[in-house]
Amino acid sequence: MSPYEILRFAMRGLLANKLRSALTTLGILIGVAAVIMLVAVGEGSSRSIQQNIQRLGANTLTISPSFAGGGRGGMGGPQQAGPRTQARELTLADARALTDRSLAPSVRSVSPVVNGTAPAVTYAGASHTAGQLVGTYPSYFEATNKPVARGTYFFDDDVLAARKVVVIGQTVAGELFGARDPVGEQVSVAGVPFTVVGVLKEAGSTGGQDADDVVIAPLPAVQQSLTGFGPLDSIVVQASGAAATEAAQAEVTAVLNQRHGVAAGGAADYRILNQATLQETVSEATGTFTVLLAAVAAISLLVGGIGITNIMLVTVTERTREIGIRKAIGAPRGAILGQFLLEATLLSLAGGLSGVLVAYVGTRFAIAGIQPVLVPSSVALALGVSAGIGLFFGGYPANRAAKLRPIQALRHE
Amino acid sequence: MTAPVLSVRRLVKEYGEGDAKVRALRGVDLDVERGDYVAVMGASGSGKSTLMNILGCLDVPTSGRYLIDGADVGELDEHRLAVLRNRRVGFVFQSFNLIPRMSALANVELPLAYGGIGRAERRSRALAALERVGLADRVHHEPNQLSGGQQQRVAVARALVTAPALLLADEPTGNLDTASTRDVLRVLDELSVSGRTIVLITHENDVAAHAKRVIRLVDGEIVEDRRQAPVDGPPPRPAEAAA
Repeated sequence: MSPYEILRFAMRGLLANKLRSALTTLGILIGVAAVIMLVAVGEGSSRSIQQNIQRLGANTLTISPSFAGGGRGGMGGPQQAGPRTQARELTLADARALTDRSLAPSVRSVSPVVNGTAPAVTYAGASHTAGQLVGTYPSYFEATNKPVARGTYFFDDDVLAARKVVVIGQTVAGELFGARDPVGEQVSVAGVPFTVVGVLKEAGSTGGQDADDVVIAPLPAVQQSLTGFGPLDSIVVQASGAAATEAAQAEVTAVLNQRHGVAAGGAADYRILNQATLQETVSEATGTFTVLLAAVAAISLLVGGIGITNIMLVTVTERTREIGIRKAIGAPRGAILGQFLLEATLLSLAGGLSGVLVAYVGTRFAIAGIQPVLVPSSVALALGVSAGIGLFFGGYPANRAAKLRPIQALRHE
Repeated sequence: MTAPVLSVRRLVKEYGEGDAKVRALRGVDLDVERGDYVAVMGASGSGKSTLMNILGCLDVPTSGRYLIDGADVGELDEHRLAVLRNRRVGFVFQSFNLIPRMSALANVELPLAYGGIGRAERRSRALAALERVGLADRVHHEPNQLSGGQQQRVAVARALVTAPALLLADEPTGNLDTASTRDVLRVLDELSVSGRTIVLITHENDVAAHAKRVIRLVDGEIVEDRRQAPVDGPPPRPAEAAA
C-alpha cells in the first residue's frame, strides 16, 4: 500500500467522525495555546519590569546614609546615630568632594537630594498632596531619566540664587491645573510660593508608587523654605557610562570612606544602591517569575496531554473492532498502524498549529496591562509535546490492537 | 487429483486454563476439494465457529496442521498471513462486519486496496463484484442505509472481490429474514455454479440443503460427513430457491 493510500484512509477515518475529530483538535489547540500564551505573558511582564527599572535612570548610583539603629537620618543629626557614634550624615561637602575629577574620574554628575514628605501643593483653591518633594541640582533630571514634557528644567543659576521655581510631575499638574498649561503659574508648596517652570514627561507608576506624583525644586530653595539646612537624604551619582558604574562605585566608596573616616573593612555609615546591580537582581526575580509561569504552563500542557491521551485511547479502543475487520480482510499491520499514526499526526498537527495561531493572535493584545511577548522556544515545545503525546498515545493502542489476532479484535466490544 | 483447497489434520483448539479449560475442537480432520460447497452444522458450542475462525486464519489452533492450497498456515509469519487472508480467503460474517460510514463501494474496494491494486482496477472490480450480488444500484450507500440482506450481499461482494480460492461464511443468514436469506443463498449458489469453493456454517437445514456436502459437528468432533451432490456438479438447489 502506498503512503498516499494510507493518507487517504487516515483522512477518511477522521472525516468519518467529524465531531470527535473536532473535539480532539480543540483539546490540543487549547493546551498548546495556553502554554504559549502563559509563557508570552511571563516574558512580557518580565520585560515591562525591566523597562520600568531602566526608566528610573541608567548608570546611576544612589548614596544614602546608613545607621545601624535603622531609620532614615532625618533632621535629628548624629545624636540619633546608635552604636556607631562616629557615623556621619551625608553633606553637601561630600557631594562636592565627589565631583573631584582626579579622585573620581568615572563620575559624570553628582546631584545632592533632600526629600520633603508629602507637601500640600495648592493653586487657586485646588489642593493636592504630592507624594514626593525633591530638592536637588539640575543634573538630577538627566541622571534619573526625568525629561520635561513642557517648559524647562531649572538651571544652575536658579540653584545659586535659590530661586523658588519648581518642576512638577504629570499627576500634580493634572490635579491642580487639569488641561491648562501650568508653566509660568504660581503654586504654593506647603505654604511657600513657587513658580512652575516645567512639567515632567509621564513616567508611569512603578511598584505601586506613582513616579509622576512628584515636585522637584532647587536644593537651596527647598532647604531655605521647607526642610531647613540639615543633612542630605541622598546623593545621586551618574557614572560616565554603563561600563563605568563599577569603577564609579569604587571611587565613590574611596572618597566617602576617607571623608567619613571609615577604616578599610569597617562598616560604612552610608550605602550605595547601584542601578545596574538592582537591574540584575530584578532580572533574576523576574526570571524566577517566568519559571513559575512556565511551570504553570507545563502543568497545563500536561493536563492537555492527558486529555489528548484519553481521547486517543478511547478513539482507538472504540475502533478495535474496525481494526479486526480490516485485519480479517487482509490488512497488513503496517497499513493499520500507518493509518492510525497518520490520523493522530493530522489531529495533533491541526490542533497544534491552530493553537499556535490562536496564541499568536492572542499575544497581539495586551492582557491586564501587559503586552505578551511570543517566545519561539515555547512554540516549539508546546507543538512538540502535543504532537509527541498524540503520536505515542494514538500509536501505542493502535499497535496493540493491530497485533491482536483478528478474532480477538473482532470480539472486542 | 489436485491437492485439496483446504486440508486440516488433528485440529485441536482449547480455551482457558486448568479447571476452566474448554476443548472447543478435539482433533478435527477435514479435506475440502476445489469447487466443493460444504455446510458445517452443529448446535451452539459444537465448535463450528471456532473451526471457521481457524479456517479463515482469524484464530490459531492449539495444535494440528492446516494447509491452504498446500501451504502450511502455521508456518507463515504475520505479514504472509495478512497476504493469505487478503488473496486466498474471503470471509463472510454473521454480523456482516462492514466498516461503518464507508460506502458499499469503498467497503468492497478495501481488500483490493490492502492487496496493493491500483485505483482504476480496484473500482471496476469492486463494481463488478457488487453487480454480481445484485447491488449495482446501491454502490454509494453506507451500511446503515442498507437492509440486512443488502449489507450481507455487500459483505459477500467484499469476500469474493479478490477472487479467493476459498469463500468462508459464518452463519451468513443467521441475522436475516427469509427473503434476504433467499437472496444471499442465491448468490452463493451462483458462485458455486461458477466453480468457487464455499464453506459455510449454519444450523438451519434449509440452508444446509443448498450445499453439496454436509458436515455435522458435535462437541468438537465430526460425527457425520454426508455428500448431497458431486463435487464437480451443480449445487442441489431446492425448489423454493429455483422458483
